[in-house]
Amino acid sequence: MYNSGKIIAGLIVFVALFTFPFYYNLGKANARPEPKTDTPAIQEYAAKYGKKECVESKEFMRGEHMQLLNQWRDSVVRDGNRIYVNSAGRSFTISLQNTCMNCHSNKKDFCDQCHNYMAVKPYCWSCHIQPKENKS
Amino acid sequence: MSINRRQFLKLAGASTVLGLGGATVLNGLKREGLEASQISPDPRALNAKRWGLVIDVSKLKTDEDYQRCIDACHNIHNVPDHGNKKDEVKWIWKDNYEHTFPTTTEDEFMNHEYKEKNFLLLCNHCAQPACVRVCPTKATFKRKDGIVMQDMHRCIGCRFCMAACPFGARSFNYRDPRPKIKIENKAFPTRMIGVVEKCTLCYERIAIGEPPKCAEVSNGAIVFGDLEDPNSEIRKIMAEKFTIRRKPELGTFPSIYYVIGGKENA
Repeated sequence: MYNSGKIIAGLIVFVALFTFPFYYNLGKANARPEPKTDTPAIQEYAAKYGKKECVESKEFMRGEHMQLLNQWRDSVVRDGNRIYVNSAGRSFTISLQNTCMNCHSNKKDFCDQCHNYMAVKPYCWSCHIQPKENKS
Repeated sequence: MSINRRQFLKLAGASTVLGLGGATVLNGLKREGLEASQISPDPRALNAKRWGLVIDVSKLKTDEDYQRCIDACHNIHNVPDHGNKKDEVKWIWKDNYEHTFPTTTEDEFMNHEYKEKNFLLLCNHCAQPACVRVCPTKATFKRKDGIVMQDMHRCIGCRFCMAACPFGARSFNYRDPRPKIKIENKAFPTRMIGVVEKCTLCYERIAIGEPPKCAEVSNGAIVFGDLEDPNSEIRKIMAEKFTIRRKPELGTFPSIYYVIGGKENA
């Protein structure tokens, strides 16, 4: 092989540079998102009913809340249907601003936690008014 | 073993019908069952075949009467006030006779009081809305109860609807409306820059059994009801009094009727 010294040295430099981000970040995990459910409204609910619960199970909300919100949006705006009956048979008024954010009044410590971690930017808040928060 | 052509065709046909039919029926049942049981209308909601308003301008006497309706609407719907005509966003507003009924015959001997009077204007919630026909994303659409609604999530800001609307009922958000909202109603969303908005006949109030805000604060000048129901209050008014609509010759069939009134007649 001609110029083997240069080629092998070049390959080593290339591999070293290419894999640098992996080595550099090895063992340094990003802080896990920790959405907080300790707002006054939720604590009041927990004191009254003995447990914290959303309109559906925690696992369902974690994985499917976007589909649920899309479905809610279409049903309210398109069909004018505003009552959601959950899997346990309880009814809720469908409203992001008035129902969801009434409990989850801590957008920065709840919504933004996972959305920032996953680098998703839902455009809910360009129109829907988010609750006032003191923390920056 | 071999099968002849006729047997093969029979077999293929039967299995196609069974396969396709079975899957469709099963999927249909599954989806319908889920969606139908989960979301329902509010029992308090008002229902109608075609909502409409009758506006008796003879009962709107002073400028305050107009302003009360306009402010009430704009405050609960987070309508911004940019302070200039160019960026103006309006859901309900007032204008003179000539601008309200530009194609009606008017003459020099017409009652001056009405010629110079202001009229309360808003989206006409037409039965054949031009704005809905031109919307490329179906962001604006006609509800079953006659309200011409908008889905702000879908609006791309093309402004075709503004060009199509013969009544000037639509406003474009040339600027960010958020900082220009005087009183923020926390229960209602705002709009964002680059979307078109207009009156929604208070769909959010009808959904919980309340009449539109302008009708509520108008002291009886605005009456809200079902145009298709012959026993409704507005149909009774229309049976007794002479009513006119804006630009009926365009064939959009507005649902807002005006009673011009008079001293003791009509």
